[in-house]
This record gives sequence, C-alpha cells and structure tokens, in this order.
Amino acid sequence: MKTFKIGGVHPEENKLTSDKAIEFLAISQKICIPVTQHLGTPSTLVVEKGESIKTGQLIAKGDAFICANVHSSVSGKISKIDTAIDTSGYKKTSVFIDVEGDIWEETIDRTNTINKDILLSKEEIIAKIKDMGIVGLGGATFPTHVKMMVPNGKKAEFLLINGVECEPYLTSDHRLMLEKGEEILVGISILKKALGVEKAIIGIENNKSDAITYLTKLALNFTGIEVHALKIKYPQGAEKQLIKALLNREVPSGKLPIEVGCVVSNIGTAFAVYEAIQKNKPLFERVVSITGKSLKNPSNFMVRIGTPVIELIEKAGGLPDDSGKVNSGGPMMGKALNSLDVPIVKGTSGILIMTRKESKRPEILNCIRCGKCITVCPMGLEPYLLAQLAENGNFETSEKEKIMDCMECGSCQFTCPSSRPLLDYVRLGKNKVGLIIRNRANN
Amino acid sequence: MNQVLIYAIIAISSIGALSALILFFVAQKFKVIEDPKIDEVADILPGANCGGCGYAGCRNFAEAIVKAGNLDNLNCPVGGNTVLKDIAPVLGIIATERSPQIAVVRCSGSYTNAPKKVEYDGASTCTFANNLFAGESGCPFGCLGLGDCVFSCKFDAIYIDEATGLPVVSNEKCVACGACVKACPRKIIEIRNKNKKDRRIFVSCINQEKGAPAKKNCEVACIGCGKCMKVCTFEAISIDKNLAYIDFEKCTLCRKCVDECPTNAIIELNFPPRKEKAKKEETVNTEL
Repeated sequence: MKTFKIGGVHPEENKLTSDKAIEFLAISQKICIPVTQHLGTPSTLVVEKGESIKTGQLIAKGDAFICANVHSSVSGKISKIDTAIDTSGYKKTSVFIDVEGDIWEETIDRTNTINKDILLSKEEIIAKIKDMGIVGLGGATFPTHVKMMVPNGKKAEFLLINGVECEPYLTSDHRLMLEKGEEILVGISILKKALGVEKAIIGIENNKSDAITYLTKLALNFTGIEVHALKIKYPQGAEKQLIKALLNREVPSGKLPIEVGCVVSNIGTAFAVYEAIQKNKPLFERVVSITGKSLKNPSNFMVRIGTPVIELIEKAGGLPDDSGKVNSGGPMMGKALNSLDVPIVKGTSGILIMTRKESKRPEILNCIRCGKCITVCPMGLEPYLLAQLAENGNFETSEKEKIMDCMECGSCQFTCPSSRPLLDYVRLGKNKVGLIIRNRANN
Repeated sequence: MNQVLIYAIIAISSIGALSALILFFVAQKFKVIEDPKIDEVADILPGANCGGCGYAGCRNFAEAIVKAGNLDNLNCPVGGNTVLKDIAPVLGIIATERSPQIAVVRCSGSYTNAPKKVEYDGASTCTFANNLFAGESGCPFGCLGLGDCVFSCKFDAIYIDEATGLPVVSNEKCVACGACVKACPRKIIEIRNKNKKDRRIFVSCINQEKGAPAKKNCEVACIGCGKCMKVCTFEAISIDKNLAYIDFEKCTLCRKCVDECPTNAIIELNFPPRKEKAKKEETVNTEL
C-alpha cells in the first residue's frame, strides 16, 4: 500500500464519530457571519444594516485575485454590521443576522435528485465556482477557482482528491464520502472538466475501508476516476505528502503542486463544487464533526456557516465538566478557541473538546538532541534547529534552513520527548521570515 | 648545535623584519583616514552598545555624531545629559539640556482588573502569543505578560510582577534606551519624560475599541469618553480611535484628568497622597 516516504507520525485515531450519520442542525437564532473566511485578500461587504436577505444571497464580494465571495446562510434581517471575535479572539468585521424563517434564493435547486450531466463549459464552471464562494474545505480555505486556473506554461495532468482525513477525531469527510458518494464523484468530474485533466485519483486512508469500497464501486460508472487506498500515517492529507504518496512526485521547495502537474482538492470541496454547479447552491453550510472523549453524544452535523460553536456543543450533549480545551479542528492542527460564541466558518472541519488532562501541556524540558523531530518531519526539516533559531531571533539563517517549507503539521512537537514547544517557535519564525520576504519583494 | 641556533635566529628575525617592512608599506598604502573626533567621541560614550540611540553600537553612533556635526535628533539615552555635555566641546558646539526620560508601561490589565478568560500554555514569548490570539484576558491590545520586554532590557530595569502579571520599570535603572519599546509586539511601552521627582501622569491603556467591548475585558480600560480632554486646560489630551493620549510635553501634572477619569485609566505616579480625597487611591500598582 502506498504512503509518503519521509517522516510522519501515528497519533491515536480516536474516530469516535465515524458511524454517526450526518444530521442537519436546526438553524440557530443568532447567526454571525464573518466577512472574510478564506486565505487571501479580505472581501468587501455588499449589504447594509436593516436589509432583508435570503438564504444564499451574496453578502460580501471578493474582487481581488485571491479572494472569495461570502453568502448568507440564513434568511432574515441584518441587525448590525460590527466586529466579532474570530477563532483567534481578535475582532473581525462580521454580519449579524436576525433569523426569520428559511427562505432560499429561488435559483437554488433544493431537490435531492442527482444531476450527472455537466452542461457548462470550462470557463463557465470556473466563473461559477468563484460566484458561489467555494474555498478549500480541508482547512486552508484557499479559494478553489484560483486553484483551477492553471498558470500559463504549466499543465495539469492529475486531479488528486484528498479523502485522507489523517487528522485524529475528525470524520466529516468520511461521512460525506459514505453519504454523498455519487455527488462527490460528479463534483470531481466537474473539477476534471474545469482543469482539463483526464485522470482524477482519490486517496483514502485505510482506516476508512467502507468508504474505499463504496467509492471504488461507484467510480466504475465514471470515466477517469480511481480510488487508491493509502497506509495510515499523519500528515498524509497535506498536499505535498499526498502527491508523494499517490504519484511518487516531489513538489520542489517553495513551489506549488502544479509544478509537478497536480492539483489537489478536498472531498468536502468536491461536494461543494457539485452543489454549486448542479444545484446553484453557494457555500453556506458544511459538515462539522463535533467530538471529544468525554462528550456525551459526539456527532456529525450539517451546519450553516455562522452558527456559534456553543450550539453544536449543546446539541451534542453539552460541555462536559472536565473540558480543558475546545479546539476548532483536530488535535494536531486545530486551534484552541477562546470563546464558545465563535461562529462556524468555511474552514471549520470539526470541533474537538479535549479533557483537562489531555489538553495540559507537559512540562518543557531541555532538548536532548535525540533527533526524533528530524526523523518525523515530513518536509525533511530540522525542527529543533528552526525552533532555536527563531527563539534567538536569527531569522536570516532560518530562511536558509527552509523554514517556509514547514506546513505546521505538529509532528515534531507531538513526538518530542522533552515536549518542547517546537512548532510554536517555528510558527514565530515563519511569521517573521514571511515579513522579511514580503518587505524584500516590496522594495 | 650553537650554529643551528644562530641560523634559526637569523632566519626567523629576517623573516620578521621583512614582514614588518611589507606590513609597514601596506599600511601606508591602504591607510584609512578617519576623523580623530570619532575616537574622542567614542571614548566619551558609555560603551554599553545597547543600540538605544538607534545606531549599531557606540562606535557607529560616534561616527554619526561627527558626521552630523551637531547633536540635533541624536541622543544617548544611557549617558544622558552628562555625556552629551562632554561631547559638545569636541564638536565645538554647546549642548542643550534634555529632559530625562523613562519607559512607561501603558497597560493596567492586571489579574484583578482584567481577569483571565482562557489559559495560555504555549511558548513563552509575547511575539508568538500576539500572532496566535488576543490574550488571556481577551483584550486584543493589552499586555500579554510573557516578558519580551524583560528579555530585551540590557540594564535589568524591567521585570514582570507576579501578582499583577504586568511589567514594572525601575525608576533608577531604566535609561530609556527604547529596547523594550521595540520588543513589545503590542507597542504598549512608551518613552516619556521622567519629570521632577519621577512624577508622571499618563493614560495606562492603549485599547482602541469602543467603550463597551473595552470595558468588558478590563475594568480600567480607557473608553474614550473624552472627559479628561474637556477638563484639561492645557490642551495636552487628545482622543483618537476611542483612546485618550496625554502629551507629556504639554502636560503640567495638574492631576485634574486623574480625578475625572471614570474608569481610572489615567494613572498618577509618585505624587504625595491627596489631602481631601485620600480615599481615591488608585487600584493599580503604584510602584510602577
């Protein structure tokens, strides 16, 4: 079975919700939609306070190149446009909506019939993906239409679909594959057409054998879609690792996957693309796993964007007494929330409630030079060195040591026997080096 | 045996003499002509190489002084007026007296004023924490208390008070070099005039949020109400982005604004206790 070669770790899987069907979460009364939910230039608002809006109506427009539209996830009246805290605790411009009923835009097809015929041309598909505000739902939230526009002189050969879900606990992609398999495959066919590639490969880790069997069977009815099982290893869901695992190609440092003829997209994104193109439905809801060892009723919910996290937790049995940390995302790459009123955004793949014991970081000891961090780093970096350089403020050397290649998977910190905050310092270094690079480019 | 010794001595000394000769001519040829004033000025400077002047070390600063030929906009925070007075005759000018300055921490978000809402146990550096989240109290402007300023200080003049979680600047040790100002990712520390008897009045908050959200996270936040600006007869106070700022050049230390501030965001330091309003002692660390 295939996997990537360098590094990787095996955290406990803890997929508690893999057999829980996706439920629709009742629409919250308090919806707060952040105006910018993607990676790139912020979007500009197109609605005003007091305006009545419908579900699926555009509320913020992405004009810049790397930018995405945002749509309303509910119908009602805009009560205010103000700042609200996001996952980091910093305030970002958000639209607050007083929910009234659930009136959808007429253009949206709400039936469940699976529409297999792709009528639009390549350019029309890309334009529509842009209109519908589709971003990468794996977590990075990179606008999908930008990914689909292959730069001049480059050629896409393969479309890789990431069904790996290597992050422990999370099962949103897994459930989507089982329940919306056919839609996903149509979505992949649309993406294939948009890119002009002949072949698409879905990579799925071997712990989801039901999804592998199901999608392999369905894929027989589609041309040029293959399903490959992959060995279980974190972080296989990372773009570059997935390419290495499926095609044994290596993306050069600082380059994008298109350099080796690949475009990588997520299962969730493929489903969103299907809904956008065939059903005219903008991206305003997504599957979110809410999970945790002490949570009473861990589930997978179909959630409208803008729903506060606390509502999901209450629906899943309430916040357990021994909760130590609530993460947006999984335990490896997720981010601890500092308020439970934070809204679900396009990039939220799961909410993980960790117990007090799990969330406590062990005491930081000295580096014993065991080199384990180097062994597990999937990018072949030296995390101990990068962390030390960043700690000492030596950012020029950090850059030479390829700190920008780090994708912040956290394998180094996970494996460190001295529990050193390696990733924290590498992130600090990346931030500073990024600034230095940007300054250099501007001058 | 003797002969070997003599040969060796002759050989080595002639090589030495020859090299000396070469070096002499090379030194003549590539001589760097430097203004002798630079050496004189560098000798007067304290030699702490703290970079507080904005130059890479004392030597570099001396070069800048000699090049400029005057002391306008150039200041050695460590040496202060005494050093500048000594340098002035070297340049042939007269030094003007500058008021001594000190670093001031403009945040009163102690554990009691701005209670922790979440706990942070990541890497102990403010720069990283600032990139990661708004802070344990939720105030996106307030002090993170992880001590980047402490590490940056070369004069041991700043420490984190464990009771409040805020940095405290020592009146005696601080030379106002500005290293902490640069180190603080939130720009909380400011260099202000030291004034007579170390008496200072300043707005101990840099929160630019509107009143309600600012007050939600911290009891002593400046809410930008503008009362201090109205009461000030010297036009020393301005309000920008919901935040009051006292211009230390204009402030006469009359203390009217301190009484007026509804949230106790304005702090007075090292003043004798008031007679009539002895009860209105500030809740914040007076030792600051």
